[in-house]
Amino acid sequence: MAVEKTAPAIELINVSRRFLSPTGKSLTAIRDFTMTVERGEFVAVVGPTGCGKSTTLNLVTGLASPSAGEVRVMGAPVKGIDPRIGFVFQTDALFPWRTVIENVMAGPLFRGKPKAEAQASARDWLARVGLARFEQHYPHQLSGGMRKRVALAQTFINGPEILLMDEPFSALDVQTRVLMHEELLRLWSEAKASVVFVTHDLEEAIALADKVYVLTAGPATVKSVYTIDLPRPRVVADIRYEQSFVDYSRTIWADLKEEVETSYARAAA
Amino acid sequence: MTDATINISAANFRPGTSDAEIEAAAARAAAHRRRTVLFWRLGILVAFLGSWEFAGRMGWIDPFFYAMPSTIAGRLYEWMTEGTSEGPLWYHLYVTMEESVLGFVTGSVAGIIIGVALGRNRMAADIFSIYIKLINSIPRVVLAPIFIMILGLGLASKVALAFVMVFFVVFHNAFQGVREADRAMIANARILGASDWQLTRSVIVPSAMSWIFASLHVSFGFAIIGAIVGEFVGSRFGIGLLINIAKGSFDAAGMYAAIVIVMVVALGAEYLMTLVENRLAKWRPQPLHETQ
Repeated sequence: MAVEKTAPAIELINVSRRFLSPTGKSLTAIRDFTMTVERGEFVAVVGPTGCGKSTTLNLVTGLASPSAGEVRVMGAPVKGIDPRIGFVFQTDALFPWRTVIENVMAGPLFRGKPKAEAQASARDWLARVGLARFEQHYPHQLSGGMRKRVALAQTFINGPEILLMDEPFSALDVQTRVLMHEELLRLWSEAKASVVFVTHDLEEAIALADKVYVLTAGPATVKSVYTIDLPRPRVVADIRYEQSFVDYSRTIWADLKEEVETSYARAAA
Repeated sequence: MTDATINISAANFRPGTSDAEIEAAAARAAAHRRRTVLFWRLGILVAFLGSWEFAGRMGWIDPFFYAMPSTIAGRLYEWMTEGTSEGPLWYHLYVTMEESVLGFVTGSVAGIIIGVALGRNRMAADIFSIYIKLINSIPRVVLAPIFIMILGLGLASKVALAFVMVFFVVFHNAFQGVREADRAMIANARILGASDWQLTRSVIVPSAMSWIFASLHVSFGFAIIGAIVGEFVGSRFGIGLLINIAKGSFDAAGMYAAIVIVMVVALGAEYLMTLVENRLAKWRPQPLHETQ
């Protein structure tokens, strides 16, 4: 128990993950990948498109298992899906046949909470993401940004200690995205969860995270880690104009650019 | 919903036209369109029946083989008021409907259950798929004499035939619907805490539902075909029997009258099915144009 208390939220130790292509060839998605996420830490992972960023998240959820190396969550090896984990998807993963409130209630109901309790808690979370008026709407009646808020409420209602986000805002327009960043930082500071935020948008990564991991072109491994020492609470809409933000951005981009170019050249070849 | 209509008429408006005027114009245009559609639908029906009747009376086609709308209507009226030579029409209709509905319900329930089960279990699907293909390749109607031989002239053989007509259609769609369920949605449900059974019940089956409904629409018609073919081959009651008897006595009007009855019943069933589907699928975005 004493060990568990001090153990980091997530550890990936020399992890590799291979999978079989439809033609039966073995492909390596990530190789010798090592990453540590402390409790309450916000980590962003950036890398070129298709380098295997999402694979790292699947390993933490237990939806995929490593081919080599070890994945530990709260100090214990991952066995199946951990109830302390929440996941926000890139694509729309809401259930379209359920109303907004039924979508948010899904988690607690799956976990065996009584209906009344789940409903009260869902109401509370919908109010927190500013969607109290849309309880009875269906997802297709909402805008992309509102659907993402429902997805956030659906995830946060389970009180996750670890939050995994796979390019969650990449489909949103720029203005909505900034609003969602504010929303996310507010929810995160209240929930004190550890976050792994995968993105291909470097500015998004710097604006949100405590640490930015830069990955190599696939098979992905950690190229470098940057600690972002910008004060919190941050105002995402304004922070990008600060000199220190620009400096981080320039340094990390120089690093990331090589990998993006490698990846691009490979795709073009 | 009437976006396109608004755009078409919007071009004619001078600047400064109020929203109310534009909406009223759009409503008028929509009503006009509905009337036009109805007019042509009725017009074509009248023209078709009229020319059939006319051709029969002028002797261009032989009414002995082709009957005429008036004699068919007469036969229908006679069946309804005086009953058929084999007893009251309503009883025959009742028997056919009973067979169709039983076959439809059992066939679609079995199709959904087995389709979902095999869709969820890849190994079982690989093992059984060859047998399902094999059985599916049998033309359904050749089973009619076999079922009648085994199950007799009564209800059971017709239900069995309607069942096999319905089962495979529903099975295929349920199976496909399960396979097409969105992977991100499934992953989401599992991380939110869904057990295997909860996943099947509250994610897989609802997302396969539009596939399943597509098959239910056509398969009630198939159930009726199954029942009627069964009756045709051997039975004591039913619309299929009426057709068979009409055929035996060269009663063309009787055969067409039976077909009209089946058409009306099938259309009614289709209408009910659409109502049920619309109730269940209220979560789906409305299509931009309602063509009705």
